[in-house]
Amino acid sequence: MSKDIAVLGVGMHPWGKWGQSFIGYGVKAAMDALKDAGVEWKDIQLVAGGDTIRNGYPGFVAGATFAQALGWSGAKVSSSYGACATGAQAISVARANILAGLCDVALVIGADAAPKGFFAPAGGRRPEDPDWLRFHVQGITNPTYFGLYARRRMEIHGATQEDFAAVKVKNSRHGLHNPNARYRKAVALEDVMSSVLVADPLRLLDICATSDGAAALVLSSMDFARRHTTDPVKISAVSTVTPVYPNDIIEMPNLATDSKAGVGLPEIGFKESIAHRAYEEAGLGPEDMSLAEVYDLSTALELDWYEQIGLCPAGDAEKLLRDGETSLGGRIPVNPSGGLACFGEAVPAQAIAQVCELTWQLRGQAEGRQVEGAKAGVTVNQGLFGHGSSVICTV
Amino acid sequence: MTDKTHIPAVEGLFTMDPSEPRLIGTRCRGCGTYFFPAEQTLCRNPACDQTDFEEVALSRTGKVWSYTSASYKPPAPFVAKDPFEPFAIAAVELETEGITILGQVADGIGVDALATGMPMELVLRELYQDDEHVYFTWNWKPVAAGATHE
Repeated sequence: MSKDIAVLGVGMHPWGKWGQSFIGYGVKAAMDALKDAGVEWKDIQLVAGGDTIRNGYPGFVAGATFAQALGWSGAKVSSSYGACATGAQAISVARANILAGLCDVALVIGADAAPKGFFAPAGGRRPEDPDWLRFHVQGITNPTYFGLYARRRMEIHGATQEDFAAVKVKNSRHGLHNPNARYRKAVALEDVMSSVLVADPLRLLDICATSDGAAALVLSSMDFARRHTTDPVKISAVSTVTPVYPNDIIEMPNLATDSKAGVGLPEIGFKESIAHRAYEEAGLGPEDMSLAEVYDLSTALELDWYEQIGLCPAGDAEKLLRDGETSLGGRIPVNPSGGLACFGEAVPAQAIAQVCELTWQLRGQAEGRQVEGAKAGVTVNQGLFGHGSSVICTV
Repeated sequence: MTDKTHIPAVEGLFTMDPSEPRLIGTRCRGCGTYFFPAEQTLCRNPACDQTDFEEVALSRTGKVWSYTSASYKPPAPFVAKDPFEPFAIAAVELETEGITILGQVADGIGVDALATGMPMELVLRELYQDDEHVYFTWNWKPVAAGATHE
């Protein structure tokens, strides 16, 4: 049985700092996705919401919140959370319902209104919560982990701060004409290199901002899609894997890794396993991809992803970047949308937004940033506490 | 100041031995894997169903896996010094336990003095204080050249 489902419609609320409720952003994205799909709200059979933990109770029950805002219709509802990978969780719920024949057409929505500055844990004293513990006893923020990975890359693979800055320069050019991007301004190498140090060796312009934004998808069975359109973009794989014990890489929000003593390491590491599982499910490999949308929480992390999703062997990411292979016009453009560098992070919307970009690219509708002749694309993302996220789209 | 009691910022993570403090972990009596912070319920190795753990004092020394800095004040629940003083952070790999553990770097030692593979030792440092207590946490500190440690 084919595991394909159709992406009938996509929609976004532009990223930024708009000072409004996440609900309105989500509704706007949903209305755009419905219009794009040519499907009416009353015909949606399942609403899968991606939760936000920074917007009170309505954020924890996002599926119902959006369903109420769109007008109670009696649809089935689901709300999921997986930190930065939340969107993939919501997509996975919708896909499983469609593939099981439990519904024909579903609406997936993720939206956030983000605070300024560092993300911080919820209030109260909770020593058993690793997220609370790392802030309280060591003052360790998310950029701490980005800095550790970047320094490790410099020491192991000889990356330089100029290489990291070059990722930002590339992504800033990609996002110039993206109407949903928050930052649409060309950034020069010197701009990055002269921005303030945040988590050595990373500077302010190496690290993504936190944003408001929303993204939505109308997903359906292939049979339903054929009654509405010809040749829709398909989702061919969704990976939501956890790590395999022991994970010897320090991960947010932990203060320590698993122990390698007494237990052998898995064949491939967690970050490598995320897209690997999606390729397996799709029956495709990195060589089949026309583009990739990767989670560039920092510039250095984008380079790590090149290797972890199989675009090049370990240690070759800097060369791939320098040779222009991951720029528009290159062999495998990465983050043609502009990535988090141009969007900033709207947590529950982000993995959904990655699929919106693949859809526009595979339809040939990515004006000003089109990857010519795109046939297949892969997204990758990771949520703290062990959430893998990777989606493969084909046409 | 001298009347205040010295206590850990969070109980059960480390010993308060001022000269040779140790992080407190557990070791599975089945497969031998280690946990920090201590795991007491069920071994997290999926091939092991052991529920019996031995409490262990982890190695005091290890080697730098990577390092970075906090140039901006972290938000609460961190209690920052006023004015905020930037600090370095190291991920230190303990060989015996096969665990990498994060910690601030002691004594204002910055990233310029650090390198991957550098030997580090565990020390205690004041985190903050109130009217009755001085609260402590662990830091990593480069092992002084020529010094000997177990």
